[in-house]
Amino acid sequence: MPVNETLATYSDWLYRSALGIYLFAIMLYAVEQAFARAPRKAEALAGAGGPAILTDEPRSEVTRSERIGRMGAALTVLGAALHLGSLVMRGLSAGRAPWGNMYEYMSLLCLAAVVTWIVLMVKFPIRRLGAFVLTPILVLLFLGGTVLYAESAPVQPALRSYWLVIHVSVISISSGVLLIPGVTSILYLLKDRNADRFPKLPSADVLDRMSYRTTVLAFPLFTAGIICGAIWAEAAWGRFWGWDPKETVAFVSWVVYAAYLHARATAGWRGRGAAWINVAGFALNVFNLFFINLVTTGLHSYAGL
Amino acid sequence: MIAFLRNTWRGLTSMRTALTLLFLLALAAMPGALLPQRSLNSAKVNEYVAEHGWWGELLLELGFFEVYGTPWFAAIYLLLFTSLVGCLLPRTWEYFKQMRAKPVLTPRNLSRMPHHVQAELDITPEEAIGRARRALRGWRMDAGEDTVSAERGFLRETGNLVFHFALLGLLVSFALGKMFSYEGQVIVQADGGQFCNGGIFNYDSFRPGLRIDGTDLTPFCVEIGQFSAEYLENGQPVGFQADIRYQSGDDLAANAWKPYTLQVNHPLRTEGDRVYLLGHGYTPTFTVTFPNGEKRTQGIQWLPSDQITLASEGATKFDPPGITDSETRRKNQIAVTGLLAPTPLLHGNILTSKFPALNNPMVAVDVYRGDLGVDDGRGQSIFSIDQKMVDQGRLAKVARKNLALGEEIALDDGTKVRFDSVHDWVSLQVSHDPTQGYVLAFAVLIILGLGVTLTVKRRRVWVRATRLEDGRTLVEVGGLARTDQAGYGEEFTRLARAVLNEEKS
Repeated sequence: MPVNETLATYSDWLYRSALGIYLFAIMLYAVEQAFARAPRKAEALAGAGGPAILTDEPRSEVTRSERIGRMGAALTVLGAALHLGSLVMRGLSAGRAPWGNMYEYMSLLCLAAVVTWIVLMVKFPIRRLGAFVLTPILVLLFLGGTVLYAESAPVQPALRSYWLVIHVSVISISSGVLLIPGVTSILYLLKDRNADRFPKLPSADVLDRMSYRTTVLAFPLFTAGIICGAIWAEAAWGRFWGWDPKETVAFVSWVVYAAYLHARATAGWRGRGAAWINVAGFALNVFNLFFINLVTTGLHSYAGL
Repeated sequence: MIAFLRNTWRGLTSMRTALTLLFLLALAAMPGALLPQRSLNSAKVNEYVAEHGWWGELLLELGFFEVYGTPWFAAIYLLLFTSLVGCLLPRTWEYFKQMRAKPVLTPRNLSRMPHHVQAELDITPEEAIGRARRALRGWRMDAGEDTVSAERGFLRETGNLVFHFALLGLLVSFALGKMFSYEGQVIVQADGGQFCNGGIFNYDSFRPGLRIDGTDLTPFCVEIGQFSAEYLENGQPVGFQADIRYQSGDDLAANAWKPYTLQVNHPLRTEGDRVYLLGHGYTPTFTVTFPNGEKRTQGIQWLPSDQITLASEGATKFDPPGITDSETRRKNQIAVTGLLAPTPLLHGNILTSKFPALNNPMVAVDVYRGDLGVDDGRGQSIFSIDQKMVDQGRLAKVARKNLALGEEIALDDGTKVRFDSVHDWVSLQVSHDPTQGYVLAFAVLIILGLGVTLTVKRRRVWVRATRLEDGRTLVEVGGLARTDQAGYGEEFTRLARAVLNEEKS
């Protein structure tokens, strides 16, 4: 099937525009974070209570920094729309699911992270943290668009399977969702170490709960992704599990996230311990993405580089 | 002594130990991704050991090149699963007890609960309790005269137990699979080559499970017909397919063949075994005309040395015909070695390949004559000649030339070597794993269990109605989510509203 060059070019333009808009959104979030007043004691206490109180922000006065933050949020949504457009165009131009090489995989992963973030912004009063979350996403997108970039093209025979649509998208989306608890767990560790030094961060409790809820959402998805991978491997490579480097590291990070869930229910591991484990899980995912694809050779070497 | 055993068991089954073992498992699995593994690439392991001196030797001794078969890796996962069993058994017991138990009695002080609302209403306690019962329809409920205690989300524990038991089942099936499975690889010539799963000697390489001795393989035969490949202009492959015929089961006795199109991602599944198309390459055919006029034609697979252009290297070996004296025969063996270019590109005299498909293929051959060393009892590669024989001067290069199809090269003694044609070969893998269906079933249970246990929340609600002195009724509602409070607030608010403010709505 020939590649539609026009659509491929549009896709690249949309990708770059999305990056630019995310960058702009980061700046706005950063301004809000920098100029916002730290919550008063009363609010801070309310933040530790039930979630019912958390869902509604006090609407009394909208300060200038809040207005800037809202602009940042709106830009994030716009960026996500362009980002989605870029993926769709990519898929249409190549006539296949738009996650067939590392550039496209990274793009989908980051889109999943951004969408998760938008959903969290609606549920928790944490908009100001946007800069912390979008910055790693922007770095990944930038690396994806430069170092990992691959022209729109058909994929090799081994990837011609409907499992490409299922396995890769599920793994990519769940990894994207897991980026968020990775970041919020780091923020949790900062806040928990010295709450006074980071008065503008939400309470450690809110951060912990956000990390847990996103992880709990992504973990079954990640599990399903690995299992889909095993089913595909059975059809493509002759065995469902063969300790290929990528499989191994996916297994290891699965075990680490399982440890996270258990740690949250174990005295002495709640809080800091669990947060560290979550950060380790995310670090492993990044390692699996870059090191295993680019440095080691295995059956999953589809970077297209 | 009993105390010691009991303490060991308690220690082993505690959550803290399970957590430590999970970390150990993660840590122990990592070297398998970072170091070359024997099962994936044996040559790389040898290379690594040779390059790293005593360090490589030490890693080799400790089993770091076959991590998943080492005793220390087995020790970790066996301990982990013992710990899991020890944790699951009492929990299952508890689970069945709780299934029949009534919801917990209403606590004395409901205002201590994380969720709590109360109101004074103009209704009787009976009416209040009636309302609560209606609002809590579908909950496990225990209603008294003036209190209701209700509980919901029992599925959470069900899902949790299903998940963990499925994990156990998956491990056991996986382990059994490792005992009774095998996989073998074999190269078969296209356009009529056959392979029968009759024994391990039919394979080029064979990896049996621990309980497989190679005598009881599932009988079936495949015959490879035409092989076709499709490429993009830049040489990237788009699709491979081999038209095959196969016979298995009753067809073997009846000698009936069934057709099948073998493709990447579409293995042939028959009699519980699977046949995969793993790769392909080219077989050049050469005809040697010996000085006495006799001809010998040979075609044997050459190995792709460049996976993109499929430039291939190999050695096609000939015995001189009509010589009975083994000594003389051995001194006049011929080997045609060199490079096959499916689509040739010539830089002066240097031949390379520029495209993987066959397009007036050419070979650059070195012809050797002498003792190939095939009779000394040691096996040698079919893709190359024994370099030792060349070093010892027993095998000498006698000619070198680029040949197009039909061209020939004449040796000094009048022998002629002609490049006749090129055919395809395919490499097949046969896999047998009797337990993989069970593994799949447990994997599905794992996802289901996980999905249920992580979405369902276990939560409790209590309602108490107390008649006040002025004739009104104080209605209190308290709530508690047992695992994670997040998300329970909204539901509780809705329930409480239904119990307290019914007249308003």
